[in-house]
Amino acid sequence: MKGWMGKFRALFLLGSLSLILSGCGVDKLSALKPDGYGAELLYDLMILSIAIMIFVFIVVMAIYTFVLIRYRRKKGQEDFIPKQTEGNKVLEIIWTVIPIILLLVLAVPTVQAVFDLAETSSDEADIRIDVTSAQFWWQFDYAGEEISTSQELYIPKGERVYLTMKSADVIHSFWVPSIAGKMDTNPGDNENTMYLEAKEEGVYWGQCTELCGPSHSLMDFRVVVVSPEEYEQWVNDMKNADPEATPDTQVAQEGQEIFQNNCMSCHAIGAQPKGVGPNLTNFGDRAKVAGILEPTKENIKNWILNPNEYKPGNTMPANLVNEEEAGKVAEYLMQLKPSEITPESAQ
Amino acid sequence: MSTAVAQKKGFGAFIWDYLTTVDHKKIAHLYLVAGGLFFLMGGLEAMIIRIQLMKPDNEFISAGLYNEMITMHGTTMIFLAAMPLLFALMNAVVPLQIGARDVAFPFLNSLGFWLFFFGGLILNFSWFMGGAPDAGWTAYAPLSTTSPGHGVDFYVMGLQISGAGTLIGGINFLVTIVNMRAPGMSYMRMPLFTWTVFVTSTLILFAFPALTVGLFLMMFDRMFGSVFFDVAAGGNVIIWEHLFWIFGHPEVYILILPVFGVFSEVFSTFSRKRLFGYSAMVFATVLIGFLGFMVWAHHMFTTGMGPVANSIFAVTTMAIAVPTGIKIFNWLFTMWGGTIQMTTAMLWSVAFIPTFTIGGMTGVMLAAAAADYQYHDTYFVVAHFHYVIVGGVVFGIFAALHYWWPKMFGKVLNEKLGKWTFWPFFIGFHLTFFIQHFLGLMGMPRRYWKFLEGQGLDTGNLISTIGAFFMALGVIIFLWNVIYTAFKEPKASADPFDGRTLEWSIPSPPPFYNFKQTPLVRGLDALWIEKSEGKKAMTPAEPLGDIHMPYGSILPFVMSLGLFIAGFGFIYQVDNPVWLSLVFIGMGITLGAMFVRSVKDDLGYHIHKEDLEKGDGQL
Amino acid sequence: MSNEDILNPKQMPHEPEKATLEGKNKFLGFWFFLGGETVLFASLFGTFLALKDSTAGGPGTEELFGLELVFVMTMLLLTSSLTSVYAMYHMKNNNFSKMMVWLGVTVALGFSFLGFELYEFYHYIHEYEFTFRSSALGSAFYTLVGFHGGHVLFGLLWIVTLMARNAKRGLNLYNAPKFYVASLYWHFIDVVWVFIFTVVYLMGKVG
Repeated sequence: MKGWMGKFRALFLLGSLSLILSGCGVDKLSALKPDGYGAELLYDLMILSIAIMIFVFIVVMAIYTFVLIRYRRKKGQEDFIPKQTEGNKVLEIIWTVIPIILLLVLAVPTVQAVFDLAETSSDEADIRIDVTSAQFWWQFDYAGEEISTSQELYIPKGERVYLTMKSADVIHSFWVPSIAGKMDTNPGDNENTMYLEAKEEGVYWGQCTELCGPSHSLMDFRVVVVSPEEYEQWVNDMKNADPEATPDTQVAQEGQEIFQNNCMSCHAIGAQPKGVGPNLTNFGDRAKVAGILEPTKENIKNWILNPNEYKPGNTMPANLVNEEEAGKVAEYLMQLKPSEITPESAQ
Repeated sequence: MSTAVAQKKGFGAFIWDYLTTVDHKKIAHLYLVAGGLFFLMGGLEAMIIRIQLMKPDNEFISAGLYNEMITMHGTTMIFLAAMPLLFALMNAVVPLQIGARDVAFPFLNSLGFWLFFFGGLILNFSWFMGGAPDAGWTAYAPLSTTSPGHGVDFYVMGLQISGAGTLIGGINFLVTIVNMRAPGMSYMRMPLFTWTVFVTSTLILFAFPALTVGLFLMMFDRMFGSVFFDVAAGGNVIIWEHLFWIFGHPEVYILILPVFGVFSEVFSTFSRKRLFGYSAMVFATVLIGFLGFMVWAHHMFTTGMGPVANSIFAVTTMAIAVPTGIKIFNWLFTMWGGTIQMTTAMLWSVAFIPTFTIGGMTGVMLAAAAADYQYHDTYFVVAHFHYVIVGGVVFGIFAALHYWWPKMFGKVLNEKLGKWTFWPFFIGFHLTFFIQHFLGLMGMPRRYWKFLEGQGLDTGNLISTIGAFFMALGVIIFLWNVIYTAFKEPKASADPFDGRTLEWSIPSPPPFYNFKQTPLVRGLDALWIEKSEGKKAMTPAEPLGDIHMPYGSILPFVMSLGLFIAGFGFIYQVDNPVWLSLVFIGMGITLGAMFVRSVKDDLGYHIHKEDLEKGDGQL
Repeated sequence: MSNEDILNPKQMPHEPEKATLEGKNKFLGFWFFLGGETVLFASLFGTFLALKDSTAGGPGTEELFGLELVFVMTMLLLTSSLTSVYAMYHMKNNNFSKMMVWLGVTVALGFSFLGFELYEFYHYIHEYEFTFRSSALGSAFYTLVGFHGGHVLFGLLWIVTLMARNAKRGLNLYNAPKFYVASLYWHFIDVVWVFIFTVVYLMGKVG
């Protein structure tokens, strides 16, 4: 399929079209800058459909322009009565048949791509990740690995990673434009699957694309694509992380205690037990706090004190701890760095 | 009696007349005014949305309010603006085009309007009663069923009541068109606008009940504790998506088909040519209506229906492009060889062709199911449906208003101001929405309260917001034109545009009984045929005789008011069962009015032949 | 036709329900309305089918339904459809009193159907604690069957109102379409019940 599309592109000078479009948007976010198998497949389909459509548009506009110039009523024609044509069989057949052919040209690769992207994992050795969405964050559980992360999904470059997706509350939708298309996460039994296959290392934007409440637009996540070796190292680091480890500094130790007394009913550190809030095992490695804020101590503290100010409608309670305690918890969380493989190292 | 008192009484009588009217022409006025006001509301909401998205990380309005804005903008524009404005045109024109004295069910016609109006009021009352609905106009469960407060309750009750009105209107037009055509007007001699209204009414009839059921399920879940969409008790949230789109997709054809009819009339009239390929146009209209029911799941490609369902719905959706393409080419060839007169109505129609072609093309792109994994729920979709709904429906409504204004109000809208309406709106429209295709592909999802800095979306959004202000300017100039025309323009003749169809054979505006004598139709473009044979008027199909007319009635207003009251009872009984009393009062009023309607004979009255001869339209 | 003729026709035509334009409009409009009603019930059936195994740990359809009761209800409603046909037959023959008798029988059968239905619901709620809120199946079942029951009730009130209003004045061209349309509605309700019997009860019992 890819090879066939490649030839197609060369044949019809679609390359130039791609060139114009690929100027649009920023890297790692734009669907016009594909870096993954799915995104490239869809990009090619997009270019094919745009080319067909531009062809149609040019034909329509040519007739349109001619008609409007040639048949505009001129001075002295006020009483002119044109011939009352009923129609023209031949013409009408032509503009019925040609669109059908054009649509077939588009329909065949469309159906192929639909089935291509519907592939599910058939091998136990595949990397399989359960994605669970909630208002307004993402949980990633690595099947068979006892690893859980929130907000940041680590995957190896060049390998197919199979996702099984569901939601803990309302419908959300998982979208990483530069790597693959999107898929809804539904509550209940309607689980969905898709796969990611990234072709470049880096940190990609992910977004929620189904209206899910006030902070829908702030439900960002990251996909961290690293080399297969780095991925292996990351998996080992995560597995070996000790959730109970005592921090180095006095402040962080106090923060740990406050955290264990106030926050552990919702937030897990380590893969078990699963909390109802985001998993914080590698919180200190994260590129952003809550998907949107810079990871400074001040931001973390403010978030703990009043999360609704940053993400309206989220269910984390405000003022569970006082300002001083929040600062200590922030200190503790920031030193949770189980791995050297981080978004920063991937960039 | 002083003149002030006389005027006051006059005003009261005027209001009472409109409250009780069953005359399709006055109901058209009601639809136009109510739909116009809701259109302004929806437009205001749109402006607020665009101001919020003017720059990255903007805090103009809060996230919660933003979701209320987008929900109300979509719901208002579809249900309370576009639909009623089309109903205004249907009411104003269809009976005249088929040579009828009224619609089949004048009483139901009035009931349909008042149901729509009170439904719309309920929906908009939410702004003042604790907050508007905030789950999007699609109201996907369980976001909608679990949304706190009463916002979504207002959505459910408002749409349920106004939806009933729409359904009644649809049935009314179906029967009118089947039973009330003038002698000689066979189906294949009906003007294309009437044809499209016919197909649209069929779509209303078969699509709205699905919404009715969906809204009932949501109402039961929110207000009476059922668990249709509660996965913990075995519920299934996808049911709502299916029911909503089984209604929702035909709905877009309900909107677009009548304006296809409008454009067909306008192109034909202002090119002074018969519509090219009339029978193909009729066939394409019917085919679009039919296929409209086969494609609903293309709104759900990312829901997870599996590759087989996605492929089927992709192909059926693409198929709709064929009849639509036929229409575009037939319009072009209607103008081909004609003598094009660029009136304002024609300008809107001419602008529609490239705009709608773009909208149709992006529609085909979206139909490519796999590629939709990238487009779905992004600004690409937002751009697409504004190209078809604004570029199609709104352009069409503007064309129709400029075309039929003399028939509705007796004066031709000022041409100069008409063009001043067109240009800012047209330019503003493309500024606003063309760039949104790219914003979507660049990674901007729809319904986003904020986009962030560093996402490369700043310029596009700014351009889009600037465009929106141009559109607003166009609308303001149009309003000015309405006022200006009312005071400054001379009375219009019966046939100011050298029209082709029956509505132009009677005075502008027509007498309340429309046709003194029912005309005899001898072919397509009935009036044109007579004019081309040198005759000035239609040949009557009957001798002058008594005309049977229906009585006005306040009952439709009362019935709708009862449901309006009951609606609030349903919404608030969740908080306190005392509110159930409102349900009983409201339903009592409605059922009581229905009972009165049932037992009181309403046979109508006759205008006598002598009065017709004497009055000559002065009745 | 003058209003006098419509209220006191000298001679009733063979099809009085379609003799006036108003009658014709009513007749056609009502058929269209029934088309819409069909979609309404189709949507409810679809919802029911999607949720028919969603018992949430409560009783399922096999456990709940007893076909004997439903069979009796079906017979009642089918018979009432037949009696309404008789009523319309007499209407066309301009035999007002016989029409009223058969409509009376129809109404009686309809009310007894409703009585059985209420008993059925009562039984499920009290014996099985199977309610509108207990499971998605419960919501779907009571909504579908309840919508039908609501239609039956509305039809009964409608026919009774018509009978009471016109008891003293007999048939004319103004009320004939009303009787006819009401009987159409009654047939429609009957047809929907046949589907409910098949899809909900038979399929629910057999699996």
